[in-house]
Amino acid sequence: MYFFLVAIAAFFSLLIAGLIVYYAVKYRRRAPDAVGTVVHGGIVLEIAWTVIPLLISMVIFVWGASVFFAMSRPPEETMNVYVVGKQWMWKFQHLDGEREINELHVPVGRAVKLIMTSEDVIHDVFVPAFRVKADVLPGRYTHIWFQPTKPGRYHLFCAEYCGTRHSGMIGEVVVMEPSDYQAWLSGGAPEGSLASAGEKLFADLACNTCHRPEAQSRGPVLQGLFGKTVTLQTGETVVADEAYIRESILNPSAKVTAGFQPIMPTFQGLVSEEQLLELIEYVKSLR
Amino acid sequence: MPLPPQHYLNNGYGVKSWLLTRDHKRIALLYLAAVTFFFFIGGAFAVVIRLELATPAGDLVSDETYNKLFTMHGVMMVFFFLIPVIPAVLGNFLVPLMIGAKDLAFPKLNLASWYIYMLGGLFTLYALVTGGVDTGWTFYTPFSTVSSTTKVIPTALGIFITGFSSILTGLNFIVTIHRMRAPGMRWFRMPLFLWSMYATSLIFVLGTPVIAITVLLIAAERVFQFGFFDPARGGDPVLFQHLFWFYSHPAVYIMVLPSMGIVSEIVAAFCRKQVFGYEFVAFSSLAIAVLGFLVWGHHMFIAGESVYAALIFSILSFLVAIPSAVKVFNWTATMYKGSISWDTPMLYAIGFIGLFTVGGLTGLFLAAVGLDVHVTDTYFIIAHFHYIMVGGTIMGYLGGLHYWWPKISGRQYNEALAKLSAGIIFVGFNLTFFPQFVLGYLGMPRRYHAYPPEFQVLNVLSSAGASILGVGYLIPMVYLMWSLRYGKVAGSNPWGATGLEWTTTSPPPTDNFTQTPIVTQEPYVYPRVEGRVA
Ligand code: HEC
Ligand SMILES: [Cu+2]
Ligand SMILES: [Cu+2]
Repeated sequence: MYFFLVAIAAFFSLLIAGLIVYYAVKYRRRAPDAVGTVVHGGIVLEIAWTVIPLLISMVIFVWGASVFFAMSRPPEETMNVYVVGKQWMWKFQHLDGEREINELHVPVGRAVKLIMTSEDVIHDVFVPAFRVKADVLPGRYTHIWFQPTKPGRYHLFCAEYCGTRHSGMIGEVVVMEPSDYQAWLSGGAPEGSLASAGEKLFADLACNTCHRPEAQSRGPVLQGLFGKTVTLQTGETVVADEAYIRESILNPSAKVTAGFQPIMPTFQGLVSEEQLLELIEYVKSLR
Repeated sequence: MPLPPQHYLNNGYGVKSWLLTRDHKRIALLYLAAVTFFFFIGGAFAVVIRLELATPAGDLVSDETYNKLFTMHGVMMVFFFLIPVIPAVLGNFLVPLMIGAKDLAFPKLNLASWYIYMLGGLFTLYALVTGGVDTGWTFYTPFSTVSSTTKVIPTALGIFITGFSSILTGLNFIVTIHRMRAPGMRWFRMPLFLWSMYATSLIFVLGTPVIAITVLLIAAERVFQFGFFDPARGGDPVLFQHLFWFYSHPAVYIMVLPSMGIVSEIVAAFCRKQVFGYEFVAFSSLAIAVLGFLVWGHHMFIAGESVYAALIFSILSFLVAIPSAVKVFNWTATMYKGSISWDTPMLYAIGFIGLFTVGGLTGLFLAAVGLDVHVTDTYFIIAHFHYIMVGGTIMGYLGGLHYWWPKISGRQYNEALAKLSAGIIFVGFNLTFFPQFVLGYLGMPRRYHAYPPEFQVLNVLSSAGASILGVGYLIPMVYLMWSLRYGKVAGSNPWGATGLEWTTTSPPPTDNFTQTPIVTQEPYVYPRVEGRVA
């Protein structure tokens, strides 16, 4: 697509430049007092050069839009990695508990989905080789996905200006053969999976005093919650995604689940972005 | 040929006669001095930036300094040069002359606008000398509100204050164009420059209050910790981007519409021919002004905008490109069968059309959402908007300055030097910014103090181009100043152009015309060619 556009751009630039230079030479002033010939504007011509660019640009629009759609819809099965940006480093958390800083190891051929948030200001994950880029916002989760096809090391840049060491907020995506990737995984310190870290936290923060697997507890059952549609006290409904779970923990009274009292305390300030991700992953794992 | 005995320049010499003047022509010159000053400050920052980027390592200045440099470069160039330059200098000088009036509708307000502008400039200079700002000219939150420790507040106030000078100038132009046209100067007899000034003024009046409030919110949030934009306090950082771009996208048209107006004038004058499709060119200015307000979301495709919002902004962005394309085609068609002279202003106009075409076409890349994701926030963007703003606005401005210089000063500059520097600027410009398109496509992010070594070759090319460009900008400074004293006396209409401004003496008298002109025909009517040398 890029090169199609380059071709269009080159064509029109050269057309205009060519015409201008040609006219400028052909119709150059031959006598000091000569004036131009009056040429009456043609409505047909005006319409033609309004409509033709319009049509061309609509073609580009549709094309660009379809590329964009494909980009914004990850496939069903993805390998999820959580990303936390902070001034000025990237932290990656793999589901099986592996953690990395400024380096992300992934196997070749798998669709990888990054679920990203920021601890402070806006950052942006940009991997030019995979043609992906998305802002990383504090207080929100954004996603991108890509499917690496060739092993190698690829630049990962922060593409949203974020302060002093913005240009140092760079890393690498290391794409490995699946076997190498397995070897790399088993070589790391086994801390237990992300979900199990979340489970431990769930107990430490005494979430489990209210949220238990059986109904009739003080808080709603969290089993099977993720992806479900939740009815709120106000009668509105929300889909339980990462952002909803995050909000439920940090600001529980904002969206109160129907049939419950707003007794859940806020955990704002008590859990870090990374711990939040562990809790989210734990809630996700409750099937 | 001597200068006319009485004109606005010899009507008083004291400092007071300048600083308290209500003559739109003198105020235009006050602006000329001020914007030129800010241009060279902004340009000096650019020089250091390009020097730093000649090598991959961040070695010339510290990263903190680098961030301040590109921020101040952007702030100075955008708010204190590009936005005011054409309306405040050439617009001020020409609007009354072109409609056959003695002055603007509110001369005192006009002088007040200049003082407001200077006050805003002083705040920003204060921020600069006491440490600078490092937020980028875009002031993205929450970085600018909670993270940056630099002089954000004085800079924000500077921009806020300057905004009022834009609003007042816009109001002044709108009222003047509505109320003060000479007898017979109907709307469709107005030169196209006036149409573009009118459209620009509309954006000034409608858009500037939004940016003024937005930067004020930044300052307020820093002082009082309101939490509008801070997610930790329940605010939304992206809200800032919406507010900011709601103004700052139309601001691009504030910069480029006046230039388009100038190019229409120059093309007509140097082809000695009516502008092809006058009504279409006039209305496309208004179309751009209106559509320009509906496309701000295209700066935020990757900022967590919904897919559907992105698509709507994408299609609108394609639409806004069409009126610009229409103008380019009409200018080109105007040249057909013209009697084209290659004087300096025409060279700039041709340069404008070429560079603007490239800038506009690369805009299509960015409007296509799918592609934008890859190239946005890289050097591709930098190259794109420099083609529009430097290639567009500054080429147009310099073209206009050279075209009306004999009217402003009464004297001619050295034509050979002027042609030479137009050529140097064109070459230097392309060498500076063309490689940046490639850099962006290859993935070099913007605002990087240091970069991976594989990008060096293109960066060196760009830095080399920048030094040529810098020289190109200095030469006109010299010969224009020189011409003030030693230039050949120009006479009232050195180019043989049409337009009321050429019917009065050069420089014009303080009251512009000895008697109120009466307009009887369309603009750009040159005597027919029949029976003359072809
Ligand atoms: C004092 C009891 C209590 C504690 C402790 C508690 N919660 Fe809750 N939680 C509730 C109640 C009651 C609700 C439903 C009302 C609401 O939405 O505020 C709820 C709602 C939720 C929801 C939304 C569920 C839905 O179906 O919409 C999530 C997710 C959640 N809590 C997670 C947690 C986590 C994680 C912790 C520990 C960090 C925790 N809660 C601690 C009582 C509690
Ligand atoms: Cu960052
Ligand atoms: Cu950054």
